[in-house]
Amino acid sequence: MKTHPTFIHMARKVVFMTCLGMTATSIQASEDYSRFLRPAEVPQPDNNRITTARVELGKMLFFDPRLSGSNWISCGTCHNPALGWSDGLPTAVGHGMGVLERATPTILNTAYQPLQLWDGRARTLEQQALGPIKATGEMNQDLDEVIKELSALKGYRDAFEDAYPGEGITKETLAKALATYERTIVSTESPFDRWVKGETHAMSQTAQKGFEVFLGKGRCALCHDGFNFTDNGFHNLGLKGDDDPGRYGIRKIKILKGAFKTPTLRDIELTAPYMHNGMYKTLEEVIEHYDRGGDTKDNLDPNMQPLHLTASEKASLVAFLKALTGEPTPVILPRLPIE
Amino acid sequence: MQKQLTQKRPHVAFIATAMLAVATAQAAEVTVNQHDKAFVIEGNKVEAVTINVGDTLRFKNDDPFFHNIFSLSDLKTFDLGSFPKGQSKTVTFDKAGMAEVECAIHPEMYIEVTVK
Repeated sequence: MKTHPTFIHMARKVVFMTCLGMTATSIQASEDYSRFLRPAEVPQPDNNRITTARVELGKMLFFDPRLSGSNWISCGTCHNPALGWSDGLPTAVGHGMGVLERATPTILNTAYQPLQLWDGRARTLEQQALGPIKATGEMNQDLDEVIKELSALKGYRDAFEDAYPGEGITKETLAKALATYERTIVSTESPFDRWVKGETHAMSQTAQKGFEVFLGKGRCALCHDGFNFTDNGFHNLGLKGDDDPGRYGIRKIKILKGAFKTPTLRDIELTAPYMHNGMYKTLEEVIEHYDRGGDTKDNLDPNMQPLHLTASEKASLVAFLKALTGEPTPVILPRLPIE
Repeated sequence: MQKQLTQKRPHVAFIATAMLAVATAQAAEVTVNQHDKAFVIEGNKVEAVTINVGDTLRFKNDDPFFHNIFSLSDLKTFDLGSFPKGQSKTVTFDKAGMAEVECAIHPEMYIEVTVK
């Protein structure tokens, strides 16, 4: 993508307004920036519309460790809201403290993703929801058993009836409720969003320069594009020493060997360490990786190439990425049914 | 010779049947542009195309990043690899049936090819 040196200034129009005796300065986002604005609605399937009862039920289930075989691991154990809906670990830790192969992805904005998980093996949140529960390395739970356990609790019987009247407590309603709660976990307004909407000082000059690098010389937006800063695609980034087949395990196409889904950059500051194997601790390390054009060249994504960024450009990119951090959203943990 | 263009999914704006001009009475070539991470024929976003046996689809990348073209369908299995903006790849369908063609990099790019 070509970016003129004065791209940002040219692409924006300054509009001065006077209203009720106060002077407000607004910069209209150009058409080029409209793709970064949040969609008006969260996508949701017709057979599982978001309702308050479904969200509340899904939240209870999400934070209930009894969904695991050990009764000790909940969805929220790895997808911790205090850690950017991830776990702060290089790779996940599952049943019996077993260390898994891949990092816990944030579940922020998964509602907007057409494919779920690092390798995209689940198409919907409903399809994805039960996977970790039954995976022996993760929550190691027998699904029939968990349905039995939930059905024994009046609190859950009532909550399922409120959320899905007449449908009962089944694997399907369990998945639907979890998916519904996940659809409420969306990014909040960040300094970047306020800047796009016209608050000229919402983002520092350094971050604004970083956005210019992001769109241009840094080649970041070739993959990290749109509101969720992802192309929802799969790329091999040439990580040193990594032999995970990634998406190739799902689709036997050469370019997919070692390719993983492009993650969102929303709240990226909160979800270290980075990459699908958690090999980089900081955003600075990630940018150095891209600046080198990746390390392992075998089946490297063709969009990858050395960037030759200056120290100033790298620093400005980090400032921009940190400007994607939204306002904190308080998460009130639910009381779980005990009878 | 007629090429019927249809879309299968309701969220795609374009629903139409169109006539494509062809140069000869023999096998035709239809250009499918890869634009803004979608398949586009004559300016319209499509998720299905109908062609005749012997016809060729030319996939042309209009985006500033690489695309891929592949199919794992029973009708025809192929991987045309990845190619940058301005380049194109062709595939000829020599049997009747249906093939699902996708971009491996961007799996939202999907087109159903019906060969009559």
